[in-house]
Amino acid sequence: MKVALFTSCMLDLMFPKVGQDMVDVLERLGCTIQVPSDQICCGQPTYNSGYVEASWPVLHNQIDAFADVDCDYIVSPVGSCTGILKEYPTLLEDDPTDPDGYYMKQAKILAAKTYEFSQFIWRVLGIADCGAQLDGVATYHRSCHMTRILGERETPFWLLEHVNGLEMRPLNGLQYCCGFGGTFSVKEPSISQLMVTEKVENIEKTGAEILVSCDPGCLMNIGGRFNRLGKPIKIMHLAEVLNTNVDPSRIRKVSEVPAPTPAPAEVDLS
Amino acid sequence: MGLKTSTKPFEERIAAAAADKFATASIAQSQDAQYVKREGARSELGHWQEWRKIGQSIRQHAINYLPDYLEEFSDHVDQRGGSVFFAQTPAEANTYILNILKEQESRHVVKSKSMVTSELDLDQKIQALPDTTVLETDLAEFILQEDDWDEPSHIVFPALHKNRDQVKAEFEKIGYVGDNDPEKLARFARHYLRERFLEADVGITGCNFAIADNGMINLNTNEGNADLVDSIPETQIVVMGMERIVPSMKEAEIMDNLLARSAVGQRLTTYVTFAGPKAQDEADGPTNFHVVILDNNRSEALGTEFQEILQCIRCGACLNVCPVYRHLGGHGYGSLYPGPVGAVLSPILGGYEQFGELPFASSLCGACTETCPVLIPLHPLLIKHREVETDRLKMMHGFKDTQMKIVGKATASPFLFKMGLQFKHFGMQAFTKHQTPTALNFFAYQGAMIKNGPGLIKGWTDVRDLPQPPKHKDDFRVWFEHHQANQGGATK
Repeated sequence: MKVALFTSCMLDLMFPKVGQDMVDVLERLGCTIQVPSDQICCGQPTYNSGYVEASWPVLHNQIDAFADVDCDYIVSPVGSCTGILKEYPTLLEDDPTDPDGYYMKQAKILAAKTYEFSQFIWRVLGIADCGAQLDGVATYHRSCHMTRILGERETPFWLLEHVNGLEMRPLNGLQYCCGFGGTFSVKEPSISQLMVTEKVENIEKTGAEILVSCDPGCLMNIGGRFNRLGKPIKIMHLAEVLNTNVDPSRIRKVSEVPAPTPAPAEVDLS
Repeated sequence: MGLKTSTKPFEERIAAAAADKFATASIAQSQDAQYVKREGARSELGHWQEWRKIGQSIRQHAINYLPDYLEEFSDHVDQRGGSVFFAQTPAEANTYILNILKEQESRHVVKSKSMVTSELDLDQKIQALPDTTVLETDLAEFILQEDDWDEPSHIVFPALHKNRDQVKAEFEKIGYVGDNDPEKLARFARHYLRERFLEADVGITGCNFAIADNGMINLNTNEGNADLVDSIPETQIVVMGMERIVPSMKEAEIMDNLLARSAVGQRLTTYVTFAGPKAQDEADGPTNFHVVILDNNRSEALGTEFQEILQCIRCGACLNVCPVYRHLGGHGYGSLYPGPVGAVLSPILGGYEQFGELPFASSLCGACTETCPVLIPLHPLLIKHREVETDRLKMMHGFKDTQMKIVGKATASPFLFKMGLQFKHFGMQAFTKHQTPTALNFFAYQGAMIKNGPGLIKGWTDVRDLPQPPKHKDDFRVWFEHHQANQGGATK
């Protein structure tokens, strides 16, 4: 299976190890990986800040970067960027710089074959157990765009269930944003601070030593706040977890394991 | 104070909200409790996503044919013996209402909750009349009035920021003796208010939905105060926003259902009333019945990309899920309409000069859009506002324009981006400090962290640390090239 990675500027700028682990995991599961070299960014930093005119070239570049790539799927380690790429056809409805609809047409093709890392493994490859072993206590931060724009609430929890030795603790206030919000974090630091501080408190209350997420931006925000407060945490992208102490003989398909535990409700409904 | 509830700068309001630990805890508790009630009431109804689409289509239809439905409604109010006044501005509405009070020689006005009269600042205008008193009869609004007209902090729970001790202190001023037990406090208020209802000569209510094909006013309350306001006084004045209309009872029934479940997690509110002038065969009701329909810039949204905000039914669910509202509270927004709906609506009603900051006060987490019972694309509308302010009006609102334009160029040009990848590590060198990090697994060199970054990074490092970006040789793309070469692999 031919997979092109949609790396995201976040990974390229700050999280090289996440990319390496993601390549390892996907290759182990039988994928052939390529990294289209002209890709940069999904366009959210400018688009979400209101610089919409300046964003069209960013979207076009991203589309061009993948347009001629011979691949079955596009996979990204960032839930948020994946969600936006899937929304490209909606965003481009307002694009005055695409009169003949070329980018719209290409965007629809890209959106249809793009997946976030965890959902690609579970829903496309059909793999439930990646064979990883990580001893420790962890909690998972469910990121907003992956949940609400991409609509993926389940696969990270299901994959984490099969990591040997890892105890997952439920996180109170799971549905609340960590205060990252892309440029929001630099535009409105005083509001963002209140949000990330509550998130840090909730994570501390779980007793977890590891914070797992599928959005490097959230990890950078929450981890950066932990560090500023001098409090201990280890941040890990799901790809890093799934590439820890792997025993390939343990790899199991979704069809070979019991039905997964339902992913947590957003707050305790009992 | 009308639409704008504070003259303090935004940063000051944020600081005040951050300092008010009671209000923060109270909002958090209320949001979490409402989550359980709301989602429970919605799942009990079943097929929630389909109901939302029906709610959306009812509201969109009404807004698309607004002039026709308003005319139909107005004709039916006339036929029932009432009269309708269309007010373009708050001043026009106030003049009309105050004239009625003067003509009726009104001494005692009772009101049930109405956001639109707060837009008009009507209470203060009535207070200024020499011989007329005004009393808010919704329990929460009554508490705010007794606290020297404190501003509401939520569109459904206006006194959310007050605790029982504060309420007790306010009530002691008007004769309450007892402890801070909410039940006793409510009983006191009930007794106090009942006497005022009986002496009132004019009642003023809001309107949840106006029924176009019969001219009736639909009100939803849990306290029953609106029913006393619209049945005891001889004169009733209904004040409503021009968008608050549904074609018929059939649609009102659906909207009441969506409203109660979304606003308070109930199947219906305790009292669901359809009111109008006293009919010949009725014992109660006003003989003198007025409806004031306010525009106040709502029509500015018609036919624009912001039209969908007029679908809003004021359930407040978007406030109850919003992580920014959770920390800012209602007063932090500085608008009568706080939260996500307020951040979209306030700039339309009050202009970007007054409320231009609000669309940026959102992390765009999408919780509002996900919960809205009538499918208003709230966070995309916030981005639309940002676009208007940034691209069209060039207002910027604190963003460093040149730097953001560089971001735009660098994320559109592979050449510039690759240059950036090469220089990012050393470019940040001067700003780093070495420490033993407590947050592990950042890609940091000997714990090199940025504590006080330049330019756009400053906002980030005001709150949290930023690891120094990797050296170019450690970048993922460089690693991947080696990785492929080692595999004798395919071209990239």
